[in-house]
Amino acid sequence: MTDYRMDRVLTKNLILSNVTKTFGPMTALDAVGLAVGPGERVALIGHNGAGKSTLMKIILGLISTDAGEVTVRGAAPGSGVARQHVAYLPENVAFHPALTGLETVRTYMRLKGEDPSGAMALLERVDLGAAAKRRIGTYSKGMRQRIGLAQALIGHPRLLVLDEPTSGLDPVSRREFYNMLDVLAAEGASILLSSHALTEVEARTDRIAILSRGRLVADDTLSGLRRRANLPTHLHVRARPGSADAVAAELSGWRYNGTMVELACAPDEKLARLGTIAGLGAQVEDVEVIPPSLEDIYSHFSQIAADGGTP
Amino acid sequence: MTRILATAGAETRIAIRNRWVTIAILTMAVFSLVLAAAGSAPTGALGADALSVTIASLTSLAVYLVPLMALLMSFDAIAGEVERGTLSLVLTYPIRRAEILVGKFIAHLATMTLALAVGYGLAAGVTIAMDAGAVAGLPALFRLLWTSVLLGAAFLCLGYALSAWAGRPGAAAGMAIGLWLVMVVLYDLGLLAAIVADGGGWFTTDAFPWLLIGNPADAFRLFNLGSSEATSAAAGLGGAATSIPLGLALASLLAWPVIAFGLAVLSFRKVSP
Ligand SMILES: Nc1ncnc2c1ncn2[C@@H]1O[C@H](COP(=O)(O)OP(=O)(O)OP(=O)(O)O)[C@@H](O)[C@H]1O
Ligand SMILES: [Mg+2]
Repeated sequence: MTDYRMDRVLTKNLILSNVTKTFGPMTALDAVGLAVGPGERVALIGHNGAGKSTLMKIILGLISTDAGEVTVRGAAPGSGVARQHVAYLPENVAFHPALTGLETVRTYMRLKGEDPSGAMALLERVDLGAAAKRRIGTYSKGMRQRIGLAQALIGHPRLLVLDEPTSGLDPVSRREFYNMLDVLAAEGASILLSSHALTEVEARTDRIAILSRGRLVADDTLSGLRRRANLPTHLHVRARPGSADAVAAELSGWRYNGTMVELACAPDEKLARLGTIAGLGAQVEDVEVIPPSLEDIYSHFSQIAADGGTP
Repeated sequence: MTRILATAGAETRIAIRNRWVTIAILTMAVFSLVLAAAGSAPTGALGADALSVTIASLTSLAVYLVPLMALLMSFDAIAGEVERGTLSLVLTYPIRRAEILVGKFIAHLATMTLALAVGYGLAAGVTIAMDAGAVAGLPALFRLLWTSVLLGAAFLCLGYALSAWAGRPGAAAGMAIGLWLVMVVLYDLGLLAAIVADGGGWFTTDAFPWLLIGNPADAFRLFNLGSSEATSAAAGLGGAATSIPLGLALASLLAWPVIAFGLAVLSFRKVSP
């Protein structure tokens, strides 16, 4: 799409610089800088109260900043231009139980100046076609969440700000949701989502931003974060029955559950270690490489920040 | 405009599904029929036609009922959306806060107007069926209808202002009942007590008329009962009420919805989702 290429050349869809927000004595956001370009899927992670929702509300112009600058497609957050191009899914939103899913989506479409006749198609995209004419009061938790997703798809938004979009979704729906994001990103939309489900974020987003007590302690691709964290890679070696102790001694690893030996090594030693393991020949049945998970990386960066250091 | 209508459409559906429309119409219909039946009993002595008698009682009823219905319909308007989390969502759409209020207002006012028209219409039907001469009172009934709508509009907007200010539906409900008690019941009692204490002094002659007109409920009562001789006779009013210029009462009735809407917008602007 030409539009998409133009976007990439012209501007980032979202730029935050030095954004600070305090609630009384509490600093919810401390000099946060972040940019999201077209086609990028960025995950915002951080513990409860880290400031994720606050950051999103600032991007949407719902609350003001104390300092710093935010631009959404070159405009101020909450301005007419910004609102036309941004979609939002708040955390814990409860649509009016007396309206049907179809009525709700139609109303939001008209609010965005879109033709409401496309409402059914949107509902089918989030798999709510069959329930469209039932009142939301009768929906399950995940179905309600999907009404929120349908509403966020209205009018080809260029920036989607999704606050814990997969909470309440079953595993299949989660996968479908991320597939949907892939399509949107391929069309050039920018996506900023928050989540506590690190494993899915790890697999399905391009970049990960970690907030810790209002400070952005990391903002990189998963492999970039791995490199910077420099956490040990774990190797699980399955020894032939009876030779586990010998293998453990040979590799200076530690033995667990009978035949398994575990060892940790720095990322750049990994290949050398694998070579040594291969050299043990018939004593070894199998080997598995376990890179540090996002959870490990997340703990690492949060911990550094909590200790007051700079990662 | 589309955005206002979209909001109004959704609110109308909600009003219908929440039974607000049914409750409002039934309430008005029952009260109107009872009053019409009572008013049609031959009175003669008052020198008023049967419909004027009914209108006098409907006016006294509407002073209490219309503000109450309006506040009950409006107290949840903003606080409810804050609680459900839909307000923060709607505010990211290209719609202004005042437009959201107008949309809700259209839906709620239409519901009230429908209920009032059904109630008053039934009362007129019953009265005229029993006494054909009662058609003479129709203009007064029409006046009662549109002033009731104005009174309802004022209290709907006051309800929105409260709803935004309270932030939570529970608090908003309590404040709505409080406002109703103060403006519709206690206000008059207070004035009465002040007049008795004053004993015909400055308060009674200079302050009282303005205080009376300043309250939309009292302005509504004054305007309707004072506007036709037949009605004021039926209401048993002497010269006291008619000494206040009716034009001012009408001005107050017209100004209140505007002032209250302004208050609602100001109050809504302060809401941070
Ligand atoms: N309106 C407010 N008034 C006062 N404090 C607030 C307000 N909104 C947020 N906070 C505080 O700001 C901090 C960040 O809150 P925020 O909701 O952004 O966290 P979060 O990262 O979204 O957490 P969670 O994962 O639990 O959703 C919290 O300490 C919260 O108490
Ligand atoms: Mg949050």
